[in-house]
Amino acid sequence: MDIEPTFFDSPGAGGIVGQPLDRVDGRDKVTGKARYAAEFPLPGLVYGVLRTSEIAKGKITRIDTAAAVKEPGVIAIFTHENLPKLAKTPNTPEGKKAIGAPMGFLPLTGNEIHYANQPVAVVVADTFERATHAASLVKVSYEQAQPIASFLDPKAEIFDPQKVQDGKTDGHTRRGNPKSALAASPIQLKATYTHAINNHNPMEPGSTTAHWEAADRVTVYESTQGVTRTQQALSEMLGLPRDQVRVITKYIGGGFGCKGSCWPHTPLTVLAAKAIGRPVKLVLTRPQMFTSMGHREDQTQTLTLGATKEGKLTALIHEKTSTTSPWDNYAESNSKIIDLLYECPNFEATYQLARANVMTSTFMRAPGEAPGSFAIECSMDDLAAQLGMDPIQLRLLNYAEKDPSTGKPWSSKSLKQCYARGAELFGWSKRNPKAGATRDGKYLVGMGMATASYPVHNSQGTARVRLYADGHAVVQSGATDLGTGTYTVMTQVAADSLGLTVDKVRFELGDTRLPTAPNSGGSVAAGTVSSSIYMAAQDVWQKLTKLAVQDKRSPLYRAKPEEVTNEKGRLILKNDKSKGEDFAALMKRLELTDIEGTGNGKYGAGYESGMAASAADSGHKDDAGQHSMHSFGTHFCEVRVDPELGTVRVSRWVSVHAAGRILNAKTARSQIIGGSIFGIGSALMEQTVRDDHFARYTNASLADYHIPVNADIPEMTVEFIDEHDPYINAMGVKGIGEISMVGVAAAVANAVFHATGKRIRSLPITPEKVLNAGIAS
Amino acid sequence: MSDNFPPDQRGPAPEDGTRRSFMKQAGGILGLALAPPFISKAERLTALSRKVEGVSEMQLKVNGTVRTIRAEPRVTLLDALREHLDLTGSKKGCDLGQCGACTVLIDGRRVNSCLTLAVMAQGKEVTTIEGLAKNDELHPLQTAFIKHDGFQCGYCTSGQIMSGVACINEGHASSDDQCREWMSGNLCRCGAYPNIVAAVREVAGNKS
Amino acid sequence: MNNFAYQQVDKPKDATAILRDDKQAAFIAGGTTLLDLMKSNIEQHSQLVDINLLPFKGIEQTSDGLRIGALERMSDVGESRLIVEQYPAISESLLLAASPQLRNMASIGGNLLQRTRCGYFRDPAFPCNKRVPGSGCPAQTGDNHNLAILGVSDSCIANSNPGDLAVALIALDAVLTLENAKGKQRRVPLNSFYLLPGKTPHKENVLEPGELIVAVTVPAAAHARRSTYLKVRERTSYAYALASAAVGLDVQGGTIRSARVALGSVGAQPWRSPEAEKVLTGAPATEATFRAAAAAALRGAQPREHNRYKVELAQNTLVRALTNLTSA
Repeated sequence: MDIEPTFFDSPGAGGIVGQPLDRVDGRDKVTGKARYAAEFPLPGLVYGVLRTSEIAKGKITRIDTAAAVKEPGVIAIFTHENLPKLAKTPNTPEGKKAIGAPMGFLPLTGNEIHYANQPVAVVVADTFERATHAASLVKVSYEQAQPIASFLDPKAEIFDPQKVQDGKTDGHTRRGNPKSALAASPIQLKATYTHAINNHNPMEPGSTTAHWEAADRVTVYESTQGVTRTQQALSEMLGLPRDQVRVITKYIGGGFGCKGSCWPHTPLTVLAAKAIGRPVKLVLTRPQMFTSMGHREDQTQTLTLGATKEGKLTALIHEKTSTTSPWDNYAESNSKIIDLLYECPNFEATYQLARANVMTSTFMRAPGEAPGSFAIECSMDDLAAQLGMDPIQLRLLNYAEKDPSTGKPWSSKSLKQCYARGAELFGWSKRNPKAGATRDGKYLVGMGMATASYPVHNSQGTARVRLYADGHAVVQSGATDLGTGTYTVMTQVAADSLGLTVDKVRFELGDTRLPTAPNSGGSVAAGTVSSSIYMAAQDVWQKLTKLAVQDKRSPLYRAKPEEVTNEKGRLILKNDKSKGEDFAALMKRLELTDIEGTGNGKYGAGYESGMAASAADSGHKDDAGQHSMHSFGTHFCEVRVDPELGTVRVSRWVSVHAAGRILNAKTARSQIIGGSIFGIGSALMEQTVRDDHFARYTNASLADYHIPVNADIPEMTVEFIDEHDPYINAMGVKGIGEISMVGVAAAVANAVFHATGKRIRSLPITPEKVLNAGIAS
Repeated sequence: MSDNFPPDQRGPAPEDGTRRSFMKQAGGILGLALAPPFISKAERLTALSRKVEGVSEMQLKVNGTVRTIRAEPRVTLLDALREHLDLTGSKKGCDLGQCGACTVLIDGRRVNSCLTLAVMAQGKEVTTIEGLAKNDELHPLQTAFIKHDGFQCGYCTSGQIMSGVACINEGHASSDDQCREWMSGNLCRCGAYPNIVAAVREVAGNKS
Repeated sequence: MNNFAYQQVDKPKDATAILRDDKQAAFIAGGTTLLDLMKSNIEQHSQLVDINLLPFKGIEQTSDGLRIGALERMSDVGESRLIVEQYPAISESLLLAASPQLRNMASIGGNLLQRTRCGYFRDPAFPCNKRVPGSGCPAQTGDNHNLAILGVSDSCIANSNPGDLAVALIALDAVLTLENAKGKQRRVPLNSFYLLPGKTPHKENVLEPGELIVAVTVPAAAHARRSTYLKVRERTSYAYALASAAVGLDVQGGTIRSARVALGSVGAQPWRSPEAEKVLTGAPATEATFRAAAAAALRGAQPREHNRYKVELAQNTLVRALTNLTSA
């Protein structure tokens, strides 16, 4: 492919890509017709409920199910003593790798308890109420041991891992000579940032409905961000060929990372269904959501920064310590964004871990980038304040014209435009340079900003397009739509690629019987799936071109295929657009009812042909290509702090991002707003509290774990910078699911600093912390 | 004499002391034509004066149609809708009254169906998201949610819309700030709040 | 939830009779507290007696004040014109509580009987003296960031009723009318209805088994007409208070003639502060007076490690509430 997709600049000319099309699944969602994983009324369906552990560490000495079994309607109770065996478990490193499991431990495979609320039994009954009550009647006796609650526990042993993030990030990296550079720097800032545990808490809890259609064939309706990954995990665990495990996810009620992997409740449900010979549905309770699908780990980061008197960065040294599980070395890779956000010749990052009695943490929206950006963006704000420099000026002074971490050029970067446009929309010039100096009645008013960045991750996928002679098309890819708009934007891409109107296109997703697509995670889905569809459409056009140039009745007869292009559903000569014909005319004449094309959208295979071949290898890492590929943006925040009551409210918000091609202005705006709100939650209120002694959460509910409510959120302004990236993928789409959250906490914290003159480096910034900062006195 | 609401907001209280809203008046008579005769409130009193134990027959009037289920008294209205009547539009996000995804209208008032026992919803008019559109014609708030993109994943959406319908009807959507506060009983993790406010406000504005 | 029986009654004596005969039975009105506790395995009941048809209704002006039937719903009471105009603190406390849906469901009587959000109470896997007497109180040294600092004991530091209404009602001298199984009614001031934890935190109030809350009465007074409720929380809405204050003042010529002060979420029970009222009464309505009153209210505070901030927050909340009331 050597040209930018032709509809790129075409909104005004009738193209639909980029337009603010209403969601094609909107009607299903506003009428309650959209069915989620727990909403398939299969014949004979029964209900599974997890019984979980009261203790965080020890051994089960006895499980007494006598009382539970006697309850009416109870069909079976599975414990470690009678759970059917799996072909593979994640309990060994090899097993974990083959399964792609997020945690190196599957409950009910032994009598050991490693974390609080670890599942100890699955109770199946004919109604939800009976299963739930029977689960509470299972009597579990334990031999209890003293658990370790976190890396802060005096009993915890801190260690230096070789790798973190499941082997994806080095435990220690260095570039240049940061220590001596720091020692030689006239300005040195060192600060420590802490983060509470966060839980994803999508509105739809984790849900599995397992239906064995034959002894060796199962269909699983699953709340997952990736049907393929779930299929792979289950087929490995069950020892079944992949095509005998079908996973369906037509709608999913949010994920944010916690549904990106196959967690224990899924195989447990599938096993229970097999054992009893009936379909089983298991839905996690909201409290169970805090201990079943991972979390963002509790962590502390220390960032040391060296700079010249003018404000040029000379050294960045980052150290992170966090809690991990008894089996896995998981930590978010905070350092990556710190390594590349600004020009700095010397850099060092170190990860430290401690094992505690917790489940393995997992990726949560902008994993690493969210907390990492909090540290670097607050430190940059400190540096600006110390120098008496405008925070945007400081960032421009340290602007990275190429990727400092690799030395490679950016595939595209429009961050300067983001700063300029964001500042203009927000009214940044009206900001009083002095912190703690703006009052509105009882409120202290502050303005803050932060930079956002997120990588375009390596991924690839496939799609199929079937174009019918009657002028409609069915387009398929086994992707998922988390609410990000996949159904809608892919319909738009297919329509423009085929020269059809959107009402003539049906896009199908969420089924392992469809062409394979990547997980909807890491912001890869939009770019990969849209590119797959675009290329599948090109495949269709190439096939049609071949037919046309061989057909004597075609105006294109005997044209060279490379001289033929397509536009709005017509095959035409490149140098004489008047010569050509509609696909429908050609197909009808040839008595073709339909024609099919397939496409493989790849990371790095952009429309600049030079890149495509070298980087389009799924075995390559993110940095395999000749360019560094990232989206960039900014958030601007105004807060009103009540210094006496300690409350912080966001009163204005502006986000400006550049993320390549934006496929739908409406859904993209919503996604940026949503990510910003997610970040405001982490900045101001979200924290899961683990008791130090019991290693057990004390606030596992939506009443006590606060996520933002409507009244917390002001009107928000979002804009995108028009950006054409010829390298990232065929559609030039970078993805916006995560960048929307990066830098948000820092923008809020910087606004709080500007309002109060006090720097709060511990998230969330609750009234307690504001009061303890001593602003009022 | 009780002094409840300004009449212009709520309408007069019916004689039997229950509150009814436009939803009840709008509730389809058509749906009743083929349904079994609905037990009136007075009759129900006698009928229910016995103790209900174990699996029993219950009659629920949902979206204008009387439906009979067999369920235990501990079954919530939410589970009755989702698991017995296959009306899965009402969602279970927390099952403890902490998220609002299960919001339905009972006699026109918005409630959390997860904390309502089905047995106690008998004799009342239950309106769920499935009953909001009239045949193919969406309720104006459903249309406004699509137009303003008042959702992403869609899981909180039924509850948001039912809550929004009530919010408008109560007269609690007369400013953006009022709307935000009175829509705060419905959590949205995707963060569609500004769009939800736009949708509710638009319909409230058109109504007034 | 265990598989309970359900029975609807329309006479108070039928309701109380069932509970007299069955100690495991419970009344249900709105259900928002009860079903939450039952689903969380904190309470089990053999049968639920639906009391919604009992004649405990009405929001009425009486010769000496206000009478609210215990079965009136929070939303109706909160928006009652009578209460908005004559007892604003009560209205505000209701409309700042929970969510519109829950307020449509929850009865006034049930609201006054809600139970603590203490995380150790809410999860049966933890020891808790309130739930299982004698099992211990991990909150003393654990996660106590939103627990009480006044009236607490070594057995329990929970803010036993975490709601808002009780704070406003206690400030305004509300009295409960209760009816027992013999059909006998008694009147109990709300401020002596709740019990401090002491060594028996499982005993939260003076209700006898099977006793019903019939109504709440509130005397009319100048300090009731000029009253307000202020609530501080971790998010703007749909959250329990970190601290709250219900205050009522009668100010004439710049001097406070009478004052009513109660604090929420900082006491083991909704906390009336005669100490603050004493400082306020007869004093000029100035910030200095308010500060002195707030200091007096918190003088006996016994904070733990993570709720120390509440000493300052509660004082600031009280000062702000008094300031709002006198500057409006």
